[in-house]
Amino acid sequence: MWGRIHALIIKELLAILRDPRGRLVIIVPPILQLFVFSYAATLEVTNVDIAVLNRDSGKWGQELIQRIEGAPSFRRIQRTDEQKKVHELIDRQEVIAAVQIGPDFSRALEAGRAGEVQVILDGRRSNASQIVAGYLNQIIARLAADLATPRQLSAAVTIVPRNWFNPNLTYIWFTVPSLVAIIALLIGLIVTALSVARERELGTFDQLMVSPLRTHEILIGKLTPPMLIGLFHITIYVLTAVFFFEIPLRGSLVLLYGSALFYLASVVGIGLFISSLSMTQQQAILGAFVFMVPAVLLSGFATPIENMPDWLQPVTYVNPLRYFLVVVKGVFLKDIPLSEVLHNTIPLALIALFTLSAAAWLFRSRLE
Amino acid sequence: MSEDFVRIEGVSKAFGSGAPALDQISAAIKGGEITGLVGPDGAGKTTLIRLMTGLLLPDAGTLTVLGFDTRREAARIQAAIGYMPQRFGLYEDLSVQENLDLYADLRGLPQVERAQVFDELLSFTDLKRFTQRLAGKLSGGMKQKLGLACALLKKPRLLLLDEPGVGVDPISRRELWKMVKDLTSEGIGVVWSTAYLDEAEACTSVLLLNQGKLLFTGPPAELTRRVDGRVFKVTGIEGRRRPLLASLLDRPGVLDGVIQGEAIRIVTEPGARQDVLREGEGTKVNPAPPRFEDAFVDLLGGGPGGRSKLAEATQTQADADTHVIEARGLTKRFGDFTAAQDITFDIKRGEIFGLLGPNGAGKSTTFKMLCGLLKPTAGEGRVAGFDLRRDTAEARNRLGYMAQKFSLYGDLSVAQNLDFFAGVYGLKGQHRRDKIKLVTDIFDFARYANQSAKDLPLGHKQRLALACAVMHEPEALFLDEPTSGVDPITRREFWTHINGLVEKGVTILVTTHFMDEAEYCDRISLIFRGKSIALGSPDELKARVASADNPDPTMEDAFIALVEGSEKEAA
Repeated sequence: MWGRIHALIIKELLAILRDPRGRLVIIVPPILQLFVFSYAATLEVTNVDIAVLNRDSGKWGQELIQRIEGAPSFRRIQRTDEQKKVHELIDRQEVIAAVQIGPDFSRALEAGRAGEVQVILDGRRSNASQIVAGYLNQIIARLAADLATPRQLSAAVTIVPRNWFNPNLTYIWFTVPSLVAIIALLIGLIVTALSVARERELGTFDQLMVSPLRTHEILIGKLTPPMLIGLFHITIYVLTAVFFFEIPLRGSLVLLYGSALFYLASVVGIGLFISSLSMTQQQAILGAFVFMVPAVLLSGFATPIENMPDWLQPVTYVNPLRYFLVVVKGVFLKDIPLSEVLHNTIPLALIALFTLSAAAWLFRSRLE
Repeated sequence: MSEDFVRIEGVSKAFGSGAPALDQISAAIKGGEITGLVGPDGAGKTTLIRLMTGLLLPDAGTLTVLGFDTRREAARIQAAIGYMPQRFGLYEDLSVQENLDLYADLRGLPQVERAQVFDELLSFTDLKRFTQRLAGKLSGGMKQKLGLACALLKKPRLLLLDEPGVGVDPISRRELWKMVKDLTSEGIGVVWSTAYLDEAEACTSVLLLNQGKLLFTGPPAELTRRVDGRVFKVTGIEGRRRPLLASLLDRPGVLDGVIQGEAIRIVTEPGARQDVLREGEGTKVNPAPPRFEDAFVDLLGGGPGGRSKLAEATQTQADADTHVIEARGLTKRFGDFTAAQDITFDIKRGEIFGLLGPNGAGKSTTFKMLCGLLKPTAGEGRVAGFDLRRDTAEARNRLGYMAQKFSLYGDLSVAQNLDFFAGVYGLKGQHRRDKIKLVTDIFDFARYANQSAKDLPLGHKQRLALACAVMHEPEALFLDEPTSGVDPITRREFWTHINGLVEKGVTILVTTHFMDEAEYCDRISLIFRGKSIALGSPDELKARVASADNPDPTMEDAFIALVEGSEKEAA
């Protein structure tokens, strides 16, 4: 039995890696993706322009503008004195927000009253606008705090935030570990989804089915090579993350790899499942993407699962990415404890068990 | 009528760095007749046709079609010809009428003429009843007729047909041929490309291509004349005819030989005496009319010898007179379509059994049910006593399988393919190395060992497929269209091995749509529209339809007569 599986594994690896183009496809795009996405997939808002309409002639209006100009997130501050111009700038998306300082701003502040500042945001870019609003709020609040008399200050509650695990909230610390999981999903899914579909398209699948290989042997032979490739990718990513992006690796690599085995098994199981459903490679690729896109969206990578509607949240329970994201981020950013790894790996094992059995069942029944 | 419609002068065309697809071809094609473009797959037929359409340009030489140069006046050529590619570009999701409308639009057929042209073409192709049917739901023969109708929309002066006979049952093939023949009487020139050598015989003149070289051009009878008086039929053979064939082939003076039913067909070398064929008391040797294929083999320098080293290295199977393959009422339905109905036969050890029928008739379905790739809706199939749907890997270890077309791993090298199949069939250690060495020597793979299997020439692919199927010495060998499209020499070499293996007790189930190949079988079952309409030895089946008009019918005659008979019975 091992002889047969061995022959099949060697064949699968050769089929993927013997062709120089095949080798290139397996190695180059995933690494490029890691770099491109690491820089691209950021929710931080930088390099945006702001319009300022200052109707105040006092010094505090100037002070506020200088502070806004000094903030690193904004690229250019467009000063204007016309309401109409503000409209135009926002209409043409030249600026994401406009700050209007009221005519008695300085006077009000000096009198100890509240000064008025209006912030107009471009709701078409709602997410970025909200973040910009947050930045502006901070700047204005700081100004207010600096102005406050000691008595007022002692009455105010000051909040001193501290970000655990990622003290500077460096975005890359969040994206790179997540990308390790997502790219492993992408490659694992496509390599396996193509494997059976390609054989079916070329007619070699019948050849396998009439050979003495048993279904579970075909399954093992088909799932081992993509898992090996997946582990290879994960290793490269971890090395890149640690040595190139200088992301801390605080947890245990043993736990990461242990959990990755089940993660890859579940991904490969889904790939094989899609593959056994497809008659052609084109269908397999389409099938892989039909799964990929919701899997990434419903993983908690871009938006927290807790924000999703109640009826949608259970759908994420069958998404292997959801669990492995927790593990991979946990291993990188905090020393994730064994219990939590187990808690997220058991569902992965169950998904793998289910998809692999379904793929095995489909192998035979598709022969009808 | 003697005007040259196409003039080909010193034309060469190469793709990539390999051997040229066409090498220095010079020929002429006339109007008002059918010109056969004959040769095995990969001979350069399609390339030559595409060069004639101006879709491809030659690397060297010139082509003049209807007086226009293909380099400079391709558009004028394309307006004046009809071209039917191998898989005609029918839109399977459109109905027959919609396909015609679409092609009428594409070809710019004026609206006012359409009604009349459609009416003519639909009656000509006998598709009137089916105008609303989706093209994808038509049979192979009807698809080709619709393709032909689309190519004829704007009456062309020259009609180029690329393998119109492939995938078409013999009856439709004859109808198609008759239609095309009628066109030539109107002065249209027809180029009919084919890998079937019997089709070549019916052409007015042929261009015989092999590996990109033009071997012969002229009327087919002129080619067959070269083997006149050298073709013999050996009949009344006592004992087994396959060892006799092997021994005859190795005698000096024998150029070629094949099994033909109970008889052996032999082509001798020029000047060889008929005595070399003398054999035993009852055996008679009679001259036979030469065929195109005999002449083709002669032109290629004769067939291979009769020895099969492969068979010699194979152990003899226990010679029990048992049934190795059994089919009992095998039935397969896909939805409301019955692909195979109540198919029953037994195959004895050491017998070659053929499933003969056109594409889509149900032979592949039957075949797949027997080797466990399809689950029968009813009935059962057994191989070496096992039901391959239920029984284990050990059962499957006893059969060898060679799929239709080439189905090895094209991305793997020859050596890796051999290694993989040896491994999958559980060959181990020294035994495995010995077996791989053996087939490498027999089939001369050493030169190609590191080449990707997909880049091999067709003949070598086929050898590799056979090698992979027999390394584990199976009891039963399943061959699905094993030699379709290969050149006659490779086909003979293949059958030499099969004949040798059969003598060692290997049982063979072969499917073929190739009427001549059916003659190599001990018994055949004619499959048509999912049913076995006749079962018997090739000679029995032919004898069944022999009549005063046709005392010596061909396998194709037999097939057509039996199909017509079974349809009459059903009516």
